[in-house]
Amino acid sequence: MSVVSPLRPGHLAGLLIALLGLLAAPCPPAAAQELKKAVLIPQWEPQAQFAGYYVALAKGFYRQRGVDMTILRGGPKSPPSRLLAEGRATFGTFFLATALRLRSEGLPLVNICQIVRRSSLLLIARKDGGIREPRDLDGRKVSMWGPEFRLQQETFFRDCGVRVIPRPQGFTVDLFLRGGVDAVSGMLYNEYHTILNTGLDPDELTVFSMDEHGLSFPEDGIYCLEKTWREDPDLCRAVAEASLEGWRWAFANPDKALDIVMSHVNAANLPTNRMHQKWMLARMQDIISPQGVAAAPGSLSRAEYDAVVTAMSRANILADSPPYEAFYADPFK
Amino acid sequence: MPTPSSSLRHRGLGFKLALFILTSTTIIFAAAGAYNYYCTRQIILKNVRESVRNLAHASVQRMETIFAGVGRIPTFLAFNLDESFPDMDELKEFLRDFLHAVPEVYGTTVAFEPYAFDAQERFFAPYYFKEKNGLGFTMLGGEDYDYFLQDWYLIPRELKKPMWSEPYYDEGGGNILMTTLSIPFYRNAGKAFSGVVTADISLDWLKSLVAKISVYQSGYAFLLSKNGVFVAHPEKRYLMRESIFSLAEAMDSLELRDIGKAMVQGQEGYARLPEAFTGKPAWVYYIPVPSTGWSMGIIMPEKELLADLHILSREILTIALAGFALLFAVIAAISIRITKPLRALAEKTSEIAKGNLDVDLPTATGGDEVGELSRSFHDMRNALKDYIANLTETTKAKERMESELKIAKNIQMSFLPKRFPPFPDIGRFDLHAALEPAREVGGDLYDFFLLDDSHLFFSVGDVSGKGVPAALFMAVSKTLVKGNAEPGMDPADILTKVNTELCVDNEQLLFVTMFCAILDFTTGELVFSNAGHNPPVLMRADGGADFLEVPRGLFLGVMEDSAYRTGRITMRPGEALVVYTDGVTEAMNEAEELYSSERLLALLRTATDKSAVALTGTVMESVITYEGDAPQADDITVLALTYKG
Repeated sequence: MSVVSPLRPGHLAGLLIALLGLLAAPCPPAAAQELKKAVLIPQWEPQAQFAGYYVALAKGFYRQRGVDMTILRGGPKSPPSRLLAEGRATFGTFFLATALRLRSEGLPLVNICQIVRRSSLLLIARKDGGIREPRDLDGRKVSMWGPEFRLQQETFFRDCGVRVIPRPQGFTVDLFLRGGVDAVSGMLYNEYHTILNTGLDPDELTVFSMDEHGLSFPEDGIYCLEKTWREDPDLCRAVAEASLEGWRWAFANPDKALDIVMSHVNAANLPTNRMHQKWMLARMQDIISPQGVAAAPGSLSRAEYDAVVTAMSRANILADSPPYEAFYADPFK
Repeated sequence: MPTPSSSLRHRGLGFKLALFILTSTTIIFAAAGAYNYYCTRQIILKNVRESVRNLAHASVQRMETIFAGVGRIPTFLAFNLDESFPDMDELKEFLRDFLHAVPEVYGTTVAFEPYAFDAQERFFAPYYFKEKNGLGFTMLGGEDYDYFLQDWYLIPRELKKPMWSEPYYDEGGGNILMTTLSIPFYRNAGKAFSGVVTADISLDWLKSLVAKISVYQSGYAFLLSKNGVFVAHPEKRYLMRESIFSLAEAMDSLELRDIGKAMVQGQEGYARLPEAFTGKPAWVYYIPVPSTGWSMGIIMPEKELLADLHILSREILTIALAGFALLFAVIAAISIRITKPLRALAEKTSEIAKGNLDVDLPTATGGDEVGELSRSFHDMRNALKDYIANLTETTKAKERMESELKIAKNIQMSFLPKRFPPFPDIGRFDLHAALEPAREVGGDLYDFFLLDDSHLFFSVGDVSGKGVPAALFMAVSKTLVKGNAEPGMDPADILTKVNTELCVDNEQLLFVTMFCAILDFTTGELVFSNAGHNPPVLMRADGGADFLEVPRGLFLGVMEDSAYRTGRITMRPGEALVVYTDGVTEAMNEAEELYSSERLLALLRTATDKSAVALTGTVMESVITYEGDAPQADDITVLALTYKG
């Protein structure tokens, strides 16, 4: 059915061929020097949100650039901030806002590749709960994640002039589904589809898109510590290049990319399925290479940076911010 | 290429009979069979619905008893915790006893709000769970396991009521697929939420529980959580991961999504599953499991539900096929019986058609249509035989007559002088005559002979009527003319004499027209008389041609006292006389138009060769050409005399 075992003979054969190809292909960086070891920690559990990195690993894009990459399993128990601080990971992915907050709190993070250009953050409510417009949220319970994941919603509430009762949001949307809150935070690529697949139809839901309300914060980016960037910009460039190639390949070969993602999902025993990951990968494409955006893949513009810094400063959740040049290191320059 | 219909047309009667009867019978049987199948199927499905409904209710009842058993002790503990918190050891002992007492439960904990149990501890949740050898113990909570955000804690806390969680893999806790019942407890008279008491149920155990519900041979039951996720299903990979909605999405099946919606909304119902769900047609009966908010579905493969019907249908089909074979045999036998005499008859009649009338027709046995046909053929053959015998007789008579007529013609023709040129040693004139009879025996005549050394007698006549009487009359006329013509006689005298003799005993009332003339070929003087005959054409030496003016006279053989006169001219050398019968001027072409005297005159005026042979030939040829394919109505006689001087 929809779940595909990662160990189909076809896959094994494919892997074998890929490995043989790697051995046979002249591989100048690898041959010329030792592979550099690197560790990437995604900010959440294995899912299609990180398809590009899993693909880059599986297809040998890191290795081709001389990087011996390990991707750790993410999740609530492995926050990238902690792993980077402790030196257990070389690279991590963060939302831009999260990275800014962490940097202001003393973790010297440097953005080497901005993957997601758009925000897919939504507030989702049920129409039969009487919520159809933003002002209907006034006085309602809204569940939200931790501080850096609620900045956009709070800005949205302020802009719309509503006061909500914030409730903690766990790892699922079940609290919302059981009626514990009136609105739930969610990503278009994740929670929204989860809700659809509990039997609620799109026309039964009211959705407020932060992006459409002008609160489009760039999300996932690849980060490392300042020290890493200073000491080995080549490594950073290799990781950024390989990751972008991984994403390109994933969008070009969605079915095979899903096979790769599902192998990580299955290994982690996660309560998700292929159809959900398929949806997620498609939505990731919408926000990673949105139509009509000319910005170079992986780049972070000063305007995008400034918009987030301004919004955060205004919300008093950002004590101080580094200059754009210090925060964003363009490895392709 | 023969078209199907034409090839059908060429098939035998038996084949057509069998084809049409069997086709109609097949249609009737198929319609009746289909209707019977449909109705029986509806009845069976309705009955199945009743029995599976009973099964579903009984199964849910059993499950509810178990879930109630699982919930009883935690509820009791939560109730007690509302009053006071026991010490740690007491709590642990209670949890251990709970696990021992209720075998269905995999693990249990009491999870407290931050600093509620111990002012020093943010996380406090002693957790006992079953291991291979006895019980395992761990304190839940910590930076790696923030249970405050776990659904099993967060949702009962927010909703303030007991709750079964969605299935999940409890990493850091029980490390198995499970679902958790959480019962919140409060302090301060139920106002301050203080934590939850939980009981975990392993999905494996649940699966084995549900697997005990067996339906038919390969039917099975499954459980869906409130979100539509599979809590129990024979397919292990569905558990926790897939929901009925994700399957619906993968199969692109709105029906399955609708079934899923009805199930998560706690409805009870009976529906046909999309085939992709189990890979074959199947039905599902779904029913809510109230205590957990879940839904149970019982799947029955249609094939098994309808197995009896299919066996019955096969038997009916077999009987029908045997019946068809029998029917075919009967039809074949009947049609052979009917068509055998017909075939024999057809063979015999084709013999008759070839002309063999003496074949033995099969004797008619039955009184049916075939017998009648056989008898009719018999009669027809006899009638044909008689007719042909008759015809043969008639033909013989006719042949005899014709041969006699032929002889008569020969005799008649022998009367006429046929030697040309008649007088080869006389160079002063040239004479030629031709007669083309219309029938075997004609009524035209011509004659010529020398009366003396210088006189040539010639005549052309036409007897009324045709055939033998006319020929005889002609013979008589010719003989009389020859007998009466003597040197020195006037042609009018000759005609008067002949008329008188012909009028005697002319009971047949036949008559003859005649032109006769005497040429003195030494002088060119021509004396002539005419008895109602067409005036001859006189062709002058300069090419002009005109009808000869002849004296009027009645035809011979009608009136005894008819008077005939003599005309006379002198022919100059190079002049010619063409004498003919009305067979020339009254010849008709296909459009029934007369040849006419004018045409004759015009023809002769253009004639260049004036020898007697050429002139007769020209006229004869012209008339015959003119007639074309029209039958020749009358004898045609032409006599030409060219005077040379």
